[in-house]
This record gives sequence, C-alpha cells and structure tokens, in this order.
Amino acid sequence: MLSGASSFASLVDDAFFFILIISIIFFVGIVATMLFFVVRYHHTRNKKVANIEGNLTLEIVWTVIPTLLVMGMFYYGFIGYDTMRNVPDDAMEITVTGRKWSWTFTYENGFQATTLTVPKGRAVKANIESEDVIHSFYIPAFRVKQDAVPGRDTYLWFRATETGTFDILCTEFCGDRHAYMLSTVEVMSESDYNTWYAGTSGEQITEGGDLSAAGEKLVTLKGCIACHSIDGSPRISPSFKGLYGKMETVYTDGKERQVLIDDAYIAKSIKEPAADKVKGFENIPMPPQPLSDDEIKAITEYLKSIK
Amino acid sequence: MPSHTLDDTVQNGESYLDVKGRYTGVFGWIFSVDHKRIGLLYLGSVFVFFTVGILLGLFMRLEQMTMGETLMTATTYNRLFTLHGVIMIFLFIIPGTAGTLGNFFLPIQIGAKDVFFPRLNLLSWWLYIAGAVMALLAIFTGDGMADTGWTFYVPYSTQTGTNVTLALTAAFILGFSSILTGLNFVATIHRMRAPGMNFHRMPLFVWSLYATAWIQVLATPVVGITLVLVILERTLGIGIFNPAMGGDPILYQHLFWIYSHPAVYLMVLPGMGVISEIIPTFCRRTIFGYKAIAWSSVGIAAVGTLVWGHHMYVSGQSSTASIVFSFLTFFVAIPTAIKVFNWVATMYKASIRVEVPFLYALAFLFHFLIGGLTGLMMAAISVDVHVHDTYFVVGHFHYTMFGGSVFALFGALYYWGPKMWGRMYHNKTAIVALVLQLIGFNTLYMTMMYLGYQGMPRRYFDHLPQFHDAHLVATFGSWFLVSGLLLMIGTLLYSVFRGEKAPANPWGGTTLEWQIPTPPPLENFDEIPTITDEPYAHKEEAV
Ligand code: HEM
Ligand SMILES: [Cu+2]
Ligand SMILES: [Cu+2]
Repeated sequence: MLSGASSFASLVDDAFFFILIISIIFFVGIVATMLFFVVRYHHTRNKKVANIEGNLTLEIVWTVIPTLLVMGMFYYGFIGYDTMRNVPDDAMEITVTGRKWSWTFTYENGFQATTLTVPKGRAVKANIESEDVIHSFYIPAFRVKQDAVPGRDTYLWFRATETGTFDILCTEFCGDRHAYMLSTVEVMSESDYNTWYAGTSGEQITEGGDLSAAGEKLVTLKGCIACHSIDGSPRISPSFKGLYGKMETVYTDGKERQVLIDDAYIAKSIKEPAADKVKGFENIPMPPQPLSDDEIKAITEYLKSIK
Repeated sequence: MPSHTLDDTVQNGESYLDVKGRYTGVFGWIFSVDHKRIGLLYLGSVFVFFTVGILLGLFMRLEQMTMGETLMTATTYNRLFTLHGVIMIFLFIIPGTAGTLGNFFLPIQIGAKDVFFPRLNLLSWWLYIAGAVMALLAIFTGDGMADTGWTFYVPYSTQTGTNVTLALTAAFILGFSSILTGLNFVATIHRMRAPGMNFHRMPLFVWSLYATAWIQVLATPVVGITLVLVILERTLGIGIFNPAMGGDPILYQHLFWIYSHPAVYLMVLPGMGVISEIIPTFCRRTIFGYKAIAWSSVGIAAVGTLVWGHHMYVSGQSSTASIVFSFLTFFVAIPTAIKVFNWVATMYKASIRVEVPFLYALAFLFHFLIGGLTGLMMAAISVDVHVHDTYFVVGHFHYTMFGGSVFALFGALYYWGPKMWGRMYHNKTAIVALVLQLIGFNTLYMTMMYLGYQGMPRRYFDHLPQFHDAHLVATFGSWFLVSGLLLMIGTLLYSVFRGEKAPANPWGGTTLEWQIPTPPPLENFDEIPTITDEPYAHKEEAV
C-alpha cells in the first residue's frame, strides 16, 4: 500500500478500508451463495423447482441494511472531506501556479521555485491557480488533490507528517506533456525548513548580479523549458540552444518570411507569441507570458549564452 | 404452460432473413424498416467499432509496457485514448444493447409486429452511420482526431488545434440517433403491447429498455446543446465557458455530467435487463422479486439524474455541493443492490442449466459487484479526492461498463443468437473464449485499480518508475483479454454462417420470442397473442 505522509493519509485510508472490508464481506457472501446455488440446484440434483415469486420481508431487509451501511460510508467520507476543506487558522500560505506544463510555487516572501519545500508538522494552505487550461494538483502521498481552474481560485491544505521527498503530479488532462507535468515536495523538519526559508528571497534579479544566471533560473521558473529544450533536443517547440542570432523562417499574418533572432524578436515572441509563428511549429500556439522587461532582458542574456 | 404459447406447427410465415422486399441484396438491409433487420444492422456496425476500440486499447497497453516513448508519441497516445473512449461510449456501448437487441426483441417480447415508428427506426441507424462517418473524418482530415479525452473539457477543448469541432458534431448527431431510438421505444411500449400485457406482465428486459429510453429522451438533449456551445465557443468565441470573457469552465462540467452520468445507466440498464432474462430461463423458474427488479430500473434512472456532481468533487465546485452529491450518490447503490439480491435469490430452489449465456450472467454478477462496490469507495468524498482521475477510476468504469454491461451483451448474443440467425454456436470454443476473457479482464483492470490507489493518474502517456511493474502485469492481462475477445467474435461469426441449425426454443424460455419460429417470420406473429400470465411462468417439474 502507498505509504501516507500527511495527516489526511489515515483519514482517507481508514474510510477506504472501512468500505473495502464491508465490500469484501458482501462480495464474498454473494459470490459464494451464488456458486453454492449453482451447484446445489444444478438440474442434475434438483428437478423440482419452487416458483417463489418474492418475499416482502427479504426485500425490506436487503433494502434497509444496505441503506444503513451506505449512510455510514457517506458519513466516513464526509468527515474526512470536512477536515480537508477547513483550513486551520495558523496555516502558512503558498501559491501554486499551474501552466502547460509546469508548476511554480510562490512563498509569502515572494520566493519562487519549481519544487515545493514545506516544514513537517505545520499546516500548509496551497492557493491554486492556473494560467491556461485546467490542471489538477495532486500529491498521492498526502492524499490531496484539487483542480487548478483558470479564472477561479481553489485551495487545499495539508499537514505533512514525514520528512522526505514525494511526487507531485498533474491529474487533469492538459495536453501533450501532461504526463510530464511533475514536481516534488520536500518535507523538512521545522528547523531545517526555517534555515532554508531564511536563505530565500523574492528577488530573482539582483542589482548588479549575473543577468544570465538569473535568466537561467527564470526559464525554469516560468515554465519555458516545459516546451523549449536547452540542449537542442526536439520538443514540441523550437529548442533554445543556438537560437540567438540565428535566421528563422516564420509566418507573419500567414506570409512566410525570414527574421533574425535578436533582442527585439525575443521580446516580441514572449509578449505576442502569435505574431510570428515559427515554421514547423505553427500548429502549437504558445501562450503569451506575463514577464517584466527586466525578466525578458535576463532571459535574453541567458539565451545568448547557450550557443 | 404459459397460455400465450403458440403452436410451432401453425406458423408458416417466411423467415425475415429470406423475405424479398422492394430491394434485394445489401439494399434489402440498409433500406429495410423491419425492426429485426435494423437490429442486425446495428449489431454489425457496433461490432466493427468495438473491434477497432479493442485494438486501440491494446495499443495503449503496449505503449505502457515501457517507460518513455516507444511505439508512439504523446500526441498519438492522447488521440488514441480519446478515440478509444469516443468509440466505446458513443459508437459501441450506448447503441450496443438497446439498438441491437432492443430493436430486435422489444417488439417481439411485447407481442408486436414492429416498433411504433419503423421509418424513424431506420433513420436512427442512418444517423448513427452519419455520426460514425463524421468521427472517422475527424481522424483523417485537418489536424487529426481530437486529443481531449471523451469528456471534451473546456478550456482545453476550445484551445487545442485538433479536430474537436468535427468530433463534437459527430457526437451531436449520434445523440440524435439515440434520442430517436428512445422515443420510438417509449411509444412502442405504451402503444403496442399485446392484449393482456399490462406493465407488470412485461418481460424485465422491456422494463430496462423503458427506463433507458426515458434517459435517452430526457438527458441526451442537454449534452447535445452543451456540445454545440463548445462548437460555438471554438468558432465564434462566444465566451460562455471562457473565464477571460466572464464565462465559467465548471459550468461545462455540470452540463456535461448532467447527461453523462445518467448515460452510464443508459449503458448498464439494458445489460441488467438481459441478465433478468437469462437467469430465470436457465434456472427454469420464475424470477424472484419481479416488481422489485422492474421498479428498481426506474429508481436507478430517476436517482441517477441527481448525482452528476460526484464527478466534480475536486473541480472547484462548492464543498456543500460535493457533500450533497455524495449523499445522493449512495442512494443509487440501493436499487442496484436490490437487483443483485433478487437475481441471486432466483437461483434458490431452481433447476439450473449451466450454458454459456448463464456463465456470462455469472461473470456479469462477479464483475458488476466489483464495479459497484468500488463505486461506493469513490462516492465517499475523502476517498475520491485521492483516487479521482487516477487509474482507480479507469479500472472501476471498465468493471461496470465492460465487465458488466458488455459481458451481459456477450451473454445475450449467445442467448438470443440462435433466435436471431437461427444457428447455434460451438460450445467448447465459446467457453475457452470466456475463460481467456475472465483471466485477462481481471488481471488488467484489477491491476489498474491497484495502480490508481498508488497514485497513477489517468490519461498519462508515460509513468513513473514505481508504477512500472504493475503496468507490465496489466499489459500482460490485456493480451489474454484481447485473445478471448477475438476468439469470441470469431465464434459468433462462425455460428452466424456455419453453426448448427437452432431449434425454436433451445433454452426452454417462456417469453414470447421463444414461442415463434426460428428465425422469426417478417411480422413476428401470425396472430397477436393474448397474455394472461406473468412472463416467466415455468412449470414446477423442470424438463
Ligand atoms: C480490450 C479491451 C480494452 C482495453 C485493453 C482497454 C484499455 C484502456 C486503456 C489503456 C485506457 C486508457 C487509460 C488512460 O490512459 O487513462 C482506456 C480508457 C477508456 N476505456 Fe478502455 N479498454 C478496453 C475496452 C473498453 C470497453 C469495452 C469500454 C466501454 C464499453 C472502454 C471504455 C473506455 C473509456 C470510456 C476510456 C476513457 C477514455 C478517456 O479517458 O477519455 N474500454 N481503456
Ligand atoms: Cu495535466
Ligand atoms: Cu457519474
């Protein structure tokens, strides 16, 4: 059985096993009775049939007992869900952003990362949003899941109970790289987490810092590399490798033309991706990316560096 | 003796298979308004698509045998599961039992010469073919088959470059075909019952078709309109589902499931009807709890319209809505359980003959119990939060729809095949095929449910290493399953053309179809029988 690493794990697993055990009892009981009848009342053993047309007492019994049992099941599922929807007041908040095809996690101090880090034992509320289509934020080890819906804020919360690294998956079909819209959550002890968090900062681009290094971080954070590789390998979009300074064939308003990939072209491709469509990739629309001019500059520097 | 029995010797009507009408050859079939020929037209067409659907499923399993890209790209895989789903739902299982066996046996079982609107009936089949051709066009034209999954969720479906518009139009037309069939059946059941056949003397298969027909008539228009809205969204950008324009993507899910949840009963009720025929026949006794079984069909159809939100617990709908939907969902389990208990009780003090149709009925019960009980797990909200959109769901619905409804359909073909084409099947091959199916089916889908609980999401082209071993086992199972299915299709085809001649009533059935010659004459009855008894009146001393 999948091990659980949050306070919900036992809630969900207990409800599951409660229903599972009742189910097994019914299943075995019914199948055994059925097979017994088939053997016992096989025509070689029983020639005379009893045309019993029904029995009101039995009908009532096998209506009432299942009704009571399923009400128990409903209640079990309900209390678990009730806990899942009521966030404790002391929960720390993070924002989870889903987009084709990556997750970004934003902390209260503005720090952003593509993997999630949380302290053990503290309630964490994830505010979930989507930039494009519906995705679903799923951590099997925590038994939590919630859709990321464009135009609507959703949330979930959890309290991790084990340290370690656990999978994050997308469970709402969102296109070609849906199966690769993966990430991980690392659960640290409270003190490790505090040390780690103190070292983070919301500033991606620091004054006088290395622009190209900031750009390298940004292409990961903003999800660019979900579609564009940086090593020249083909994905569903042109690779970043050797892109800067190259002549590219594009369609502008349906007309084919050649352009030089320079600073201006890169900025335009980020802001209005539909203006020029690269030949060979014209069927897969890139969504416009909400990036600041500084961020675009950093990314451009980074692209220059990968020849 | 049931008093509606007609003496075989007084029948001299020519078999519907030999009758020469206005047209001959193929045209004698595709322009025929005889409900029996239309039933067989449906049967042939749905089985062509079923075979395609099986192969698509097999290819998906082969891709999952390894990690990473092996046989196909992600794009192809996404189109495969969409096509597999669309074919299995819209082209196979919805028309699968009602269109085929319903058309053939509904009029005969109520003592009628045809359905109420024979021409409309033919139109239903033609619409079915038109929808199917459109679905095929969607594969081979433009940017290829839609890659949205059979649920066409917005905004993905309004944004993807693939042929969604054409696929939706196909589904829309297929919806009309289904509505017309439903309408026809409701009218037929109300207007054409033989004298003396009141509602409580109708065979249970007819009852199940009656409940199904109402769902078809009432729920299908909702999905039709919804699909048109998505088409308008794609072509004109009206924005009803687009949050950027004030629309709401969750609204789409509500509208979609308002139809598609009742549709799952539309898929399973006729199968339940079949089981209610097979069990008393092979038990040689009357059915236990006739009224309970009959009215539970209606109960399922009614409660089933109020539970769609259980597909949306984690969609962002309000928590209160989720709780209410969960509560109501559990009530669908009750009429379903009632049916199962009554079927099993029918075997009590019976005189059972274990023939292939009966074995399929047992297999149906076995799978359907697993499918239904796992349904309870997902109805419990907290559990569903974990397993929603994972392989657990995929396993569950294959157990109900495939292991349940489709196995019932297989059983029905062995049961009624001798009546329809007048020939028997080869018994041993049929049993071998069933055993292969049972091994394969349970290996494949039980493993899928296990995978789902471990956290394997559905519609995934690839899988993480921890899921690999189970995926191998599942693929292994799919080979047994597919061999069993192909062997069965072969057995049935052989029986159609080469099987031994079948007697008029090989199983000792009591319903009207067993009292007329094999194959039935064009107008079914020389003289409309008068009904004075319940449909399953077997004699005490079994013969
Ligand atoms: C040999 C038989 C079959 C095999 C091997 C098979 C296999 C599969 C597989 C591998 C998936 C995709 C799971 C995923 O990636 O999420 C799937 C999905 C599905 N199957 Fe089957 N299946 C078979 C028969 C059937 C039958 C008989 C039905 C219905 C009557 C059916 C209905 C569906 C539906 C509705 C889906 C969902 C498609 C979607 O996600 O949009 N399948 N099946
Ligand atoms: Cu996804
Ligand atoms: Cu449903």
